[in-house]
Amino acid sequence: MLQEQELQTFVDGTTHYFEVAAQQPATVGSPYLASGVPATYDYTGVINISGKREGVVYFTAPRAMLTVLLMKMQENDFSHENMCDLVGEVANTISGNARRDFGRDFVISVPSVVHGEHAGVSAVPGRRSFIIPINWRSHSAKLVVALK
Amino acid sequence: MNAPNVQRAQPGAQRIFRLMIVDDSNIMRRRIERCQQFADLKFVGAAGNGVQALALFKRTDPDVVTMDLTMPQMDGIECIEKIVQLKPSVRILVVSALNDKATAIDAMEKGANGFLNKPFTDRQLTDALAELMRGA
Repeated sequence: MLQEQELQTFVDGTTHYFEVAAQQPATVGSPYLASGVPATYDYTGVINISGKREGVVYFTAPRAMLTVLLMKMQENDFSHENMCDLVGEVANTISGNARRDFGRDFVISVPSVVHGEHAGVSAVPGRRSFIIPINWRSHSAKLVVALK
Repeated sequence: MNAPNVQRAQPGAQRIFRLMIVDDSNIMRRRIERCQQFADLKFVGAAGNGVQALALFKRTDPDVVTMDLTMPQMDGIECIEKIVQLKPSVRILVVSALNDKATAIDAMEKGANGFLNKPFTDRQLTDALAELMRGA
Protein backbone atom coordinates (compact mmCIF):
# COMPACT_ATOMS: atom_id res chain seq x y z
CA MET A 1 0.00 0.00 0.00
CA LEU A 2 1.27 3.45 -0.86
CA GLN A 3 2.21 5.86 1.90
CA GLU A 4 0.95 9.44 1.86
CA GLN A 5 4.45 10.81 1.24
CA GLU A 6 4.92 8.43 -1.69
CA LEU A 7 1.70 9.66 -3.27
CA GLN A 8 2.88 13.23 -2.74
CA THR A 9 5.88 12.41 -4.96
CA PHE A 10 3.49 11.79 -7.86
CA VAL A 11 1.38 14.86 -7.05
CA ASP A 12 4.54 16.99 -7.08
CA GLY A 13 5.77 15.34 -10.27
CA THR A 14 2.49 16.02 -12.03
CA THR A 15 2.44 19.64 -10.86
CA HIS A 16 6.03 20.10 -12.04
CA TYR A 17 5.31 18.55 -15.44
CA PHE A 18 2.53 20.98 -16.30
CA GLU A 19 4.42 24.00 -14.94
CA VAL A 20 7.46 23.28 -17.09
CA ALA A 21 6.31 21.33 -20.16
CA ALA A 22 2.94 23.03 -20.63
CA GLN A 23 4.12 26.39 -19.23
CA GLN A 24 0.84 26.66 -17.39
CA PRO A 25 0.18 25.18 -13.95
CA ALA A 26 -2.47 22.51 -13.50
CA THR A 27 -4.66 22.06 -10.47
CA VAL A 28 -3.64 18.71 -9.08
CA GLY A 29 -6.12 17.40 -6.55
CA SER A 30 -5.69 15.15 -3.55
CA PRO A 31 -5.28 11.45 -4.35
CA TYR A 32 -8.19 9.17 -3.59
CA LEU A 33 -8.65 5.43 -3.61
CA ALA A 34 -10.42 4.08 -6.69
CA SER A 35 -13.33 1.77 -6.37
CA GLY A 36 -12.84 -0.88 -9.05
CA VAL A 37 -10.85 -0.34 -12.23
CA PRO A 38 -10.53 3.39 -12.95
CA ALA A 39 -12.13 4.57 -16.20
CA THR A 40 -9.83 6.00 -18.84
CA TYR A 41 -10.09 8.92 -21.26
CA ASP A 42 -9.24 8.80 -24.98
CA TYR A 43 -5.52 8.10 -24.57
CA THR A 44 -3.65 6.38 -21.76
CA GLY A 45 0.11 6.10 -21.36
CA VAL A 46 1.05 3.14 -19.18
CA ILE A 47 4.34 2.58 -17.34
CA ASN A 48 4.96 -0.80 -15.70
CA ILE A 49 6.95 -0.62 -12.49
CA SER A 50 9.31 -3.35 -11.31
CA GLY A 51 12.21 -3.65 -8.90
CA LYS A 52 11.66 -2.73 -5.28
CA ARG A 53 8.06 -1.75 -6.11
CA GLU A 54 5.70 -3.51 -8.50
CA GLY A 55 2.68 -2.21 -10.28
CA VAL A 56 1.63 0.37 -12.79
CA VAL A 57 1.49 4.15 -13.22
CA TYR A 58 -0.64 5.61 -15.97
CA PHE A 59 -1.65 9.00 -17.28
CA THR A 60 -4.99 9.18 -19.06
CA ALA A 61 -6.34 12.25 -20.88
CA PRO A 62 -8.92 13.29 -23.46
CA ARG A 63 -7.82 14.09 -27.00
CA ALA A 64 -8.84 17.76 -26.61
CA MET A 65 -6.44 18.24 -23.70
CA LEU A 66 -3.58 16.53 -25.53
CA THR A 67 -4.21 18.71 -28.58
CA VAL A 68 -3.76 21.88 -26.51
CA LEU A 69 -0.70 20.42 -24.80
CA LEU A 70 0.83 19.72 -28.21
CA MET A 71 0.08 23.29 -29.30
CA LYS A 72 1.83 24.61 -26.20
CA MET A 73 4.84 22.52 -27.21
CA GLN A 74 4.88 24.17 -30.67
CA GLU A 75 3.72 20.96 -32.30
CA ASN A 76 1.37 21.14 -35.28
CA ASP A 77 0.93 17.42 -35.86
CA PHE A 78 -2.22 16.27 -34.05
CA SER A 79 -2.25 12.76 -35.47
CA HIS A 80 -3.20 9.64 -33.52
CA GLU A 81 0.51 8.71 -33.45
CA ASN A 82 1.46 12.00 -31.82
CA MET A 83 -1.32 11.68 -29.22
CA CYS A 84 0.05 8.23 -28.31
CA ASP A 85 3.57 9.60 -28.21
CA LEU A 86 2.53 12.45 -25.89
CA VAL A 87 0.58 10.40 -23.31
CA GLY A 88 3.47 7.95 -23.19
CA GLU A 89 5.97 10.74 -22.68
CA VAL A 90 3.91 12.35 -19.89
CA ALA A 91 3.58 9.01 -18.07
CA ASN A 92 7.29 8.30 -18.59
CA THR A 93 8.37 11.71 -17.32
CA ILE A 94 6.25 11.68 -14.17
CA SER A 95 7.24 8.08 -13.36
CA GLY A 96 10.92 8.73 -14.07
CA ASN A 97 10.92 11.84 -11.88
CA ALA A 98 9.61 9.71 -9.00
CA ARG A 99 13.03 8.03 -8.83
CA ARG A 100 14.33 11.08 -7.02
CA ASP A 101 12.39 9.81 -3.99
CA PHE A 102 11.99 6.09 -4.75
CA GLY A 103 15.58 5.55 -5.89
CA ARG A 104 17.16 3.65 -8.72
CA ASP A 105 15.46 0.37 -7.87
CA PHE A 106 12.16 1.91 -8.92
CA VAL A 107 12.45 0.49 -12.44
CA ILE A 108 10.20 1.94 -15.13
CA SER A 109 9.31 0.33 -18.46
CA VAL A 110 9.10 2.08 -21.79
CA PRO A 111 5.55 3.40 -22.21
CA SER A 112 2.73 1.44 -23.78
CA VAL A 113 -0.42 3.23 -24.91
CA VAL A 114 -4.06 2.24 -24.61
CA HIS A 115 -6.47 4.02 -26.92
CA GLY A 116 -10.14 4.49 -26.36
CA GLU A 117 -12.40 5.80 -23.65
CA HIS A 118 -13.31 3.20 -21.02
CA ALA A 119 -10.61 0.93 -22.43
CA GLY A 120 -9.36 0.35 -18.92
CA VAL A 121 -6.00 -0.86 -17.76
CA SER A 122 -5.87 -4.33 -16.27
CA ALA A 123 -6.08 -4.33 -12.51
CA VAL A 124 -3.52 -6.45 -10.75
CA PRO A 125 -4.61 -8.38 -7.65
CA GLY A 126 -3.16 -7.00 -4.45
CA ARG A 127 -2.69 -3.50 -5.79
CA ARG A 128 -5.20 -0.78 -5.07
CA SER A 129 -5.32 2.17 -7.43
CA PHE A 130 -4.99 5.74 -6.26
CA ILE A 131 -6.32 8.42 -8.57
CA ILE A 132 -4.69 11.84 -8.75
CA PRO A 133 -7.13 14.22 -10.47
CA ILE A 134 -5.64 16.80 -12.82
CA ASN A 135 -7.43 19.89 -14.08
CA TRP A 136 -5.65 21.95 -16.70
CA ARG A 137 -7.33 24.83 -18.49
CA SER A 138 -10.84 23.49 -19.12
CA HIS A 139 -9.74 19.87 -19.30
CA SER A 140 -9.67 17.00 -16.83
CA ALA A 141 -7.22 14.12 -16.79
CA LYS A 142 -5.86 11.77 -14.17
CA LEU A 143 -2.76 9.99 -13.03
CA VAL A 144 -3.39 6.52 -11.64
CA VAL A 145 -0.84 4.93 -9.32
CA ALA A 146 -1.16 1.27 -8.33
CA LEU A 147 1.93 0.00 -6.54
CA LYS A 148 2.61 -2.86 -4.20
CA MET B 1 33.58 0.91 -39.34
CA ASN B 2 33.11 2.49 -42.77
CA ALA B 3 34.60 5.91 -43.36
CA PRO B 4 31.84 8.39 -42.52
CA ASN B 5 30.62 10.61 -45.32
CA VAL B 6 31.34 13.91 -43.58
CA GLN B 7 33.10 17.17 -44.32
CA ARG B 8 35.55 18.48 -41.79
CA ALA B 9 36.19 22.17 -41.09
CA GLN B 10 39.43 23.60 -42.52
CA PRO B 11 42.00 25.03 -40.07
CA GLY B 12 41.03 28.58 -39.08
CA ALA B 13 37.40 28.13 -40.08
CA GLN B 14 34.62 28.24 -37.47
CA ARG B 15 34.10 24.77 -36.11
CA ILE B 16 30.71 23.25 -36.85
CA PHE B 17 29.51 20.69 -34.32
CA ARG B 18 27.43 17.85 -35.68
CA LEU B 19 24.40 16.97 -33.53
CA MET B 20 22.60 13.62 -33.24
CA ILE B 21 19.39 13.32 -31.18
CA VAL B 22 18.41 10.02 -29.56
CA ASP B 23 14.98 9.69 -27.95
CA ASP B 24 12.11 7.22 -28.36
CA SER B 25 9.62 10.09 -28.42
CA ASN B 26 9.13 11.71 -31.81
CA ILE B 27 7.77 14.82 -30.10
CA MET B 28 10.89 15.10 -27.96
CA ARG B 29 13.22 14.59 -30.93
CA ARG B 30 11.51 17.40 -32.84
CA ARG B 31 11.51 19.66 -29.76
CA ILE B 32 15.26 19.27 -29.28
CA GLU B 33 15.85 19.80 -33.01
CA ARG B 34 13.80 23.03 -32.93
CA CYS B 35 15.67 24.32 -29.88
CA GLN B 36 19.18 23.95 -31.21
CA GLN B 37 19.51 27.39 -32.75
CA PHE B 38 23.27 27.67 -32.62
CA ALA B 39 25.06 28.78 -35.79
CA ASP B 40 27.84 26.33 -35.03
CA LEU B 41 25.57 23.32 -34.46
CA LYS B 42 24.32 21.24 -37.37
CA PHE B 43 21.64 18.59 -36.91
CA VAL B 44 22.72 15.39 -38.69
CA GLY B 45 20.03 12.92 -37.63
CA ALA B 46 17.78 11.41 -34.99
CA ALA B 47 17.26 7.88 -33.68
CA GLY B 48 14.49 6.27 -31.63
CA ASN B 49 16.54 3.69 -29.71
CA GLY B 50 20.10 2.69 -28.96
CA VAL B 51 20.42 0.25 -31.87
CA GLN B 52 19.32 2.86 -34.40
CA ALA B 53 21.57 5.40 -32.70
CA LEU B 54 24.69 3.27 -33.11
CA ALA B 55 23.99 2.76 -36.81
CA LEU B 56 23.32 6.46 -37.31
CA PHE B 57 26.42 7.38 -35.33
CA LYS B 58 28.63 5.30 -37.63
CA ARG B 59 27.08 6.91 -40.71
CA THR B 60 27.13 10.55 -39.59
CA ASP B 61 30.02 10.82 -37.07
CA PRO B 62 28.42 13.43 -34.77
CA ASP B 63 30.41 15.52 -32.28
CA VAL B 64 27.49 16.17 -29.93
CA VAL B 65 24.71 13.74 -28.91
CA THR B 66 21.57 14.18 -26.82
CA MET B 67 20.67 10.83 -25.29
CA ASP B 68 17.45 9.59 -23.70
CA LEU B 69 17.92 6.71 -21.25
CA THR B 70 14.66 4.72 -21.17
CA MET B 71 14.32 3.32 -24.68
CA PRO B 72 13.38 -0.01 -26.29
CA GLN B 73 15.94 -2.47 -27.72
CA MET B 74 19.01 -0.76 -26.26
CA ASP B 75 18.83 1.75 -23.43
CA GLY B 76 20.77 4.98 -23.24
CA ILE B 77 23.37 3.86 -20.70
CA GLU B 78 24.49 0.96 -22.90
CA CYS B 79 24.39 3.16 -25.99
CA ILE B 80 26.59 5.82 -24.33
CA GLU B 81 29.18 3.19 -23.52
CA LYS B 82 29.27 1.91 -27.11
CA ILE B 83 29.36 5.38 -28.66
CA VAL B 84 32.25 6.50 -26.44
CA GLN B 85 34.18 3.38 -27.48
CA LEU B 86 33.72 4.42 -31.12
CA LYS B 87 34.65 8.07 -30.55
CA PRO B 88 36.08 9.05 -27.16
CA SER B 89 35.95 12.78 -27.97
CA VAL B 90 32.14 12.81 -28.49
CA ARG B 91 30.18 15.06 -26.12
CA ILE B 92 26.98 13.50 -24.75
CA LEU B 93 24.11 15.27 -23.01
CA VAL B 94 21.72 12.89 -21.27
CA VAL B 95 18.13 14.15 -21.55
CA SER B 96 16.03 11.92 -19.32
CA ALA B 97 13.20 11.80 -16.82
CA LEU B 98 15.26 9.51 -14.58
CA ASN B 99 16.41 11.98 -11.96
CA ASP B 100 18.00 9.85 -9.26
CA LYS B 101 21.65 10.51 -8.50
CA ALA B 102 22.79 6.91 -9.06
CA THR B 103 21.60 6.99 -12.67
CA ALA B 104 23.29 10.32 -13.34
CA ILE B 105 26.56 9.04 -11.86
CA ASP B 106 26.32 5.85 -13.92
CA ALA B 107 25.76 7.84 -17.13
CA MET B 108 28.72 10.11 -16.34
CA GLU B 109 30.95 7.15 -15.58
CA LYS B 110 30.02 5.58 -18.92
CA GLY B 111 31.08 8.77 -20.69
CA ALA B 112 28.23 11.30 -20.63
CA ASN B 113 29.27 14.93 -20.14
CA GLY B 114 26.02 16.52 -18.97
CA PHE B 115 22.59 15.65 -17.64
CA LEU B 116 19.31 17.48 -18.28
CA ASN B 117 16.17 16.29 -16.54
CA LYS B 118 12.81 16.10 -18.29
CA PRO B 119 10.68 18.14 -18.27
CA PHE B 120 12.83 21.09 -19.31
CA THR B 121 12.37 24.58 -20.68
CA ASP B 122 13.82 25.68 -24.02
CA ARG B 123 16.26 27.88 -22.11
CA GLN B 124 17.48 24.97 -19.99
CA LEU B 125 18.08 22.92 -23.12
CA THR B 126 19.97 25.64 -25.00
CA ASP B 127 22.07 26.38 -21.90
CA ALA B 128 22.91 22.69 -21.52
CA LEU B 129 23.87 22.38 -25.21
CA ALA B 130 25.99 25.53 -25.02
CA GLU B 131 27.78 24.17 -21.97
CA LEU B 132 28.36 20.88 -23.75
CA MET B 133 29.90 22.58 -26.80
CA ARG B 134 32.12 24.79 -24.64
CA GLY B 135 33.75 21.64 -23.33
CA ALA B 136 34.28 20.12 -26.77
